[in-house]
Amino acid sequence: MNDFYDVVVIGGGPAGLAAALSARRHGAGRVLIVERDRELGGILQQCIHVGFGLHRFREELTGPGYANRYLRMLADTTGIETMIDTMVISLTADRQVTVVGPAVGLRTVRGGAVVLAMGCRERTRGAIRIPGSRPAGVFTAGAAQRMVNMEGYLPGREVVILGSGDIGLIMARRLTLEGCRVPAVLEIMPVSNGLTRNIVQCLDDFGIPLYLSHTVVAIRGQDRVTGVTVARVDDALRPVAGSQFDLACDCLLLSVGLIPEVELAREVNLTLDGRTSGPVVDNRRQTSLPGFFAAGNVVHVHDLVDFVSEEGEIAGRWAAVFAAGGMGGEARSADVLPGEKVRSVVPQKYVGDGDHTGQCRFYLRVSQPLGRCRVTISDRTGRRLASKRLPVAKPSEMIEIDVQHSAIEIEKGPLTVAAEGV
Amino acid sequence: MTADNREKLAVQDWPGRADVVIVGGGIVGCAAAMFLSRYKATVVMVEQATDLAMGTTKANSGIIHAGFDAPPGSMKARMNVRGNRLYHELQPALKYEVNFLGSLVVAKSDDDLKTLEGLLDRGRQNGVPDITIIDRERVLSREPNLSRDVRAGLWAPTAGVIWPFGAALAMAENAVRNGVKVFTGCRLEGFMLDRRKICGVRTNKGDIACKLVINAAGRWADEVSRWAGDDSFSITPRRGEYILFDKSVGSLVNSVLFPTPTKVSKGILVSPTVHGNIFIGPNAENITDKDDLSTTAPGMEEIISGARKLIPDLPLAAAITQFVGLRPVASGDDFIIGPSALVGGLVQAAGIQSPGLASAPAIGELVSEIAAERLGLVRKPGYVEENPDRPAFAELDSRQRQELIARNPLYGRIICRCETVSEGEIVAAIHSPVGARTVDGVKRRTRAGMGRCQGGFCGPRVVGILARELGLPLDAIVKEGPGSQLFFARQTLRGGESHE
Ligand SMILES: Cc1cc2nc3c(=O)[nH]c(=O)nc-3n(C[C@H](O)[C@H](O)[C@H](O)COP(=O)(O)OP(=O)(O)OC[C@H]3O[C@@H](n4cnc5c(N)ncnc54)[C@H](O)[C@@H]3O)c2cc1C
Ligand SMILES: Cc1cc2nc3c(=O)[nH]c(=O)nc-3n(C[C@H](O)[C@H](O)[C@H](O)COP(=O)(O)OP(=O)(O)OC[C@H]3O[C@@H](n4cnc5c(N)ncnc54)[C@H](O)[C@@H]3O)c2cc1C
Repeated sequence: MNDFYDVVVIGGGPAGLAAALSARRHGAGRVLIVERDRELGGILQQCIHVGFGLHRFREELTGPGYANRYLRMLADTTGIETMIDTMVISLTADRQVTVVGPAVGLRTVRGGAVVLAMGCRERTRGAIRIPGSRPAGVFTAGAAQRMVNMEGYLPGREVVILGSGDIGLIMARRLTLEGCRVPAVLEIMPVSNGLTRNIVQCLDDFGIPLYLSHTVVAIRGQDRVTGVTVARVDDALRPVAGSQFDLACDCLLLSVGLIPEVELAREVNLTLDGRTSGPVVDNRRQTSLPGFFAAGNVVHVHDLVDFVSEEGEIAGRWAAVFAAGGMGGEARSADVLPGEKVRSVVPQKYVGDGDHTGQCRFYLRVSQPLGRCRVTISDRTGRRLASKRLPVAKPSEMIEIDVQHSAIEIEKGPLTVAAEGV
Repeated sequence: MTADNREKLAVQDWPGRADVVIVGGGIVGCAAAMFLSRYKATVVMVEQATDLAMGTTKANSGIIHAGFDAPPGSMKARMNVRGNRLYHELQPALKYEVNFLGSLVVAKSDDDLKTLEGLLDRGRQNGVPDITIIDRERVLSREPNLSRDVRAGLWAPTAGVIWPFGAALAMAENAVRNGVKVFTGCRLEGFMLDRRKICGVRTNKGDIACKLVINAAGRWADEVSRWAGDDSFSITPRRGEYILFDKSVGSLVNSVLFPTPTKVSKGILVSPTVHGNIFIGPNAENITDKDDLSTTAPGMEEIISGARKLIPDLPLAAAITQFVGLRPVASGDDFIIGPSALVGGLVQAAGIQSPGLASAPAIGELVSEIAAERLGLVRKPGYVEENPDRPAFAELDSRQRQELIARNPLYGRIICRCETVSEGEIVAAIHSPVGARTVDGVKRRTRAGMGRCQGGFCGPRVVGILARELGLPLDAIVKEGPGSQLFFARQTLRGGESHE
């Protein structure tokens, strides 16, 4: 048994699939995808709503539909092995990847390069400390989505949703269509962090009220949830005395945020970005440890799968180049920093591109809602490398900005990405 | 159909008669069952909840106290010191998780120093081994994160932390292996009496004729006793709230840290758990509802500020969950252990508040001796002391993991990623002598769902495994108690709606 692969991809979601295909296209002879689940496709498999692939395929696909496009490409490609129902449990800096699964047992494989594509996980009740009893009926929205869409069971009959992230919004609609009552979606912030189209299509169209600046202060019920106590919060997000009211429900879904799944990244001490919670990457999606690349939700939580695939392609390509020894020791790099009104930006480093043609795409999130605005990227000398006008910008919606590689001079770093009202 | 199925599962080989019935499957009942299983006798333990050790035993500080708190001569003092010793002795055979990492009572004022001297003296009278007072420097070298204004500490090396559920289960499994019958979901509802002498018990599953009943019903022990005709004591629940922290802050403290105690309570403590997390708590509040297990916002603040007196820099962002325990405090304050003065055939193990966990093996031993003496029981040949090994994926090295997966591939499927728990372990927990029937039961036995994400990811998968292994539909699986169903079938819902 040959345990060496040019590129080992951890995670078989859209980021991992795109990375594997791209690595193969760029010359990696033997590629391995390791996927914990029993099927490839990642989170897409449970997203049966449409809204995937508008950019990539100019079509509105369902999540599984989008995944299938890639699975077909995978079937048409030789040289990519997959291990499903198999989990990576440890990593070493010299790229030994230990996997475990019922079929493969416990094995260690080695990669010429490794691509991290583990996606993200949901924040849970513990992380947000809701007092009260601990009855059945409190789920994360994604776990509930999986139950409804893949197993055909419902998490409750009267469902309050805490958090207006996209999964929460989509579940509000899904559960309503399943015959459940959704008395409210609650959001602690003064603005929703879901996509506008989801607020319209999932809440407004079904008459589901969205309470902004409200949160759950207690969960009631001994065996099963019987209700929640809701309060309005002040600017410091503290409950306002006297604003409490009760909502009867038998289920509380939490859609209170996603965090990159970085356990394995920690094992090899990759530098993490406190703003995205994912590893710091350069424009080739190489992390702080040479030979380790990352793409998709493990780097930063994406809104649209199209960009996840795109990022996977970049990571896969450069992983293949690295494995072939073609990367060279690029010593020069420029940091990419979030400036005024920008919360985070990816990639966090710029190292240039092999042939220096074409564009480099930066993804950013603004730190506050803005109306008509301009997003710019400039270097240390203040020279503006690119700018983009937007009618509105919200922290919940990722923004892309493209820069010509030929326009960037690394010695004039750091680059700063900023937003300003116009 | 499903309810029937469950019913059948539970009441197969229902015993019509027994020598001894133990009421309550907490740590005390389980210890009693284990010690009684050394005798030739028919022993039945009934527990009303869907799993063992879900009363006070489930949510407490998990500390095996050294035994210096209780007044010399009290039942508490005697049981605690003996219990601590038994936990040391029984571990190799029963294999529960325990860590004897020692405890430190921290003194900060002149008054505290006086109290410390008093505790030292008490401890010596109670027969606690190796306790000493250590100076500030040695305290801080043991506990570098401790508040700088510490003056001295009472060091007790025999104290430890245990996982109470694991200990209770280990004792119960040993008891079952040695012939004791355990029924969960079985509630004692009354007695059959013959002139103020017990001749049987009534339960929701049927009657059992018996000669002797051990009352280990925790915070309901007063009620059980009253039904038999002994109303000599009552029990008040006293609430204690906790916050549990992630393992990432596990090195914050190295031993069990107490503030100098007051009359009401041992105070808010900071301690490692046996699994390497850290917890703070408990506060102490008398309440009336014996089922009120909710945490409160003021309670959280109280324990946070209390814990800060010991450890000023609390890593609050690493808090992963919070929980509540209810202490069963008896009217007389000491444990009530021994034959009832009012009813024949009733042996009390009641009012078992703190340090009841630490004392439990000693209490179990004592009540089994009383029962043996009353019924003239003799030791049984072939008693099996040892519990078999239970492989836990997370604790094995690579070679052991490989062997295990080769024997049973289910050990290669990781279900809980936070704690690295495999499907094999979950299946084993379901089919063990006192097997898991609920999601929380699986969690307690395997740690699946105990980690950072608190079951967000593995919870639904565990429901699926339980359903498959027990031959039940998914919507029959509960989290814990009856009515704590997790998922609903789609059709039921639609059907339900169409009637409206
Ligand atoms: C509920 C929801 C709704 C969405 N709706 C839309 C939409 O309408 N339109 C749109 O364009 N985008 C949508 N998105 C966004 C987009 O689909 C996701 O951002 C994208 O799927 C992320 O891809 P990924 O490959 O990074 O992660 P994932 O899809 O999460 O894949 C990661 C994979 O890695 C595996 N894995 C993790 N750890 C390990 C390990 N240790 N070993 C082996 N395998 C491992 C996981 O099992 C998983 O399969 C949605 C996202 C969510 C969560
Ligand atoms: C906050 C707190 C912290 C504590 N910390 C510590 C500590 O650190 N160290 C220590 O030594 N002790 C501690 N204790 C005390 C310790 O937890 C208890 O003394 C011990 O768990 C009591 O065990 P038990 O078996 O008597 O009671 P329980 O665990 O309550 O068991 C009684 C069982 O009886 C069952 N039952 C009741 N009525 C019936 C019926 N009619 N039919 C069938 N079943 C019935 C119940 O369901 C229950 O499972 C603490 C207690 C609390 C509350």
